Amino acid sequence: MKFSHFLTSKKMSAVAFFAVFLLFLNANARQHESEGAEDSSAVMRAETGHAQEKDEGKFEINNFIFHHIGDAHEFHFWGEGENWTGLHLPIILYTDKGLVTFNSKAFALDNDGTKVVEKGGMRFVRAHGKIYYAADAAEHGSYVHHEKNEKGEEVILNKKPLDFSITKNVFTIFFSVILLLVIFLSVAKSYKRREGKAPKGLQSFLEPIILFVRDDIAKPNLGHKYERYMPYLLTVFFFIWLNNMLGLVPFFPGGANVTGNIAVTMVLAIVTLVIILFSGNKYYWGHIFNPPVPWWLKPLMIPVEIIGIFTKPFALMIRLFANITAGHILVLSLLCLVFIFNSLAIAPASVFFVIFISTIELLVAFIQAFIFTILSALFIGMAIEEHADH
Amino acid sequence: MTGTLAAIGAGLAAIGAGLGIGKIGGSAMESIARQPEAASKIQTAMLIAAAFIEAVALFAVVVSLIA
Repeated sequence: MKFSHFLTSKKMSAVAFFAVFLLFLNANARQHESEGAEDSSAVMRAETGHAQEKDEGKFEINNFIFHHIGDAHEFHFWGEGENWTGLHLPIILYTDKGLVTFNSKAFALDNDGTKVVEKGGMRFVRAHGKIYYAADAAEHGSYVHHEKNEKGEEVILNKKPLDFSITKNVFTIFFSVILLLVIFLSVAKSYKRREGKAPKGLQSFLEPIILFVRDDIAKPNLGHKYERYMPYLLTVFFFIWLNNMLGLVPFFPGGANVTGNIAVTMVLAIVTLVIILFSGNKYYWGHIFNPPVPWWLKPLMIPVEIIGIFTKPFALMIRLFANITAGHILVLSLLCLVFIFNSLAIAPASVFFVIFISTIELLVAFIQAFIFTILSALFIGMAIEEHADH
Repeated sequence: MTGTLAAIGAGLAAIGAGLGIGKIGGSAMESIARQPEAASKIQTAMLIAAAFIEAVALFAVVVSLIA
């Protein structure tokens, strides 16, 4: 497509002119503002005080959102402070002196490094969801040492043990794995028992989806060898889909942001990479190490092809992570509109938008599972393609 | 300041991705109207292409989140 008409059209130039005009207007207004503020320092002080208050409110909302999309050692149900109700999950640490386990209840919901837990001759504190070795003495009531790095960000200097805890995300992964096992083992059993008969119950609900994965994802991309890869494709499809959907459920077994955790998507992408690498045939490797280009292009093409091996799973990882995380942030920010405007009148609009976006997220949950599976199938298909007629 | 710049970057990425996905969606609509029996194949191809474009936009979003 040619974009030249786009640049030359009158409408566009008018829009561009208007945009540039607005930009200048904005810059001017800013300048006036700062000049005005310099005139009366008292007003400025009052204003900055006000701005700080606003900043604090905003900061809390950021914290709130990142707390919800992040991982935690507790599964929060409802309530705050004394009315806090939830599940304390076990903490498993690999320390310098071996494995240490204790219940996260010991931290008493502390996340600022004020509560020290002594276990196995070592002292631990938790700050911002991460567990550290406690410092010997408290500093402003906190047992973690903060220091500003060159960017002006606070960094914690304490040493960290390796954290293998059953966190919220791990708990939800276990939950979804058990759910998938129960569902699919029962469906597989009913296929054995009712061989040759029409599907029944759960089986008839899942059969069209399984056939969809086979006929629309595996067969067109993998050709006649599709059967070898069906177990992986079905597993990854249902795992991602179930976890996307669980992430949208706002209460107990759901609510964890599993597929929006980059470590989870990284593992899924690495599994795809390993399958690609192990099933790649001689044409695939030939294409990488001896690409069909003129000889003088080869020094350029071979590194590009080698990087290409890794960018594919990298894109898979980022795509799933960013889509799901962005969805969660969007829903939570729309909910937070009520707190930003601090009025009840905005609530109906906010709820309406949340419902609207949540409905779209239901669609995105399916599309992302589909995209991950079909791209995995596509990349595996490219690796096992038989012909080399370039 | 970096926050503002990051927001501008995310906006620019959104413009690019919007143009790309709009183009894909428009073409897919056109081709489905021309050949309705190929709708499912066109939809699959459309989603794959959209996913690739979206990935670029999401890279930009991630970069501006980190920055």
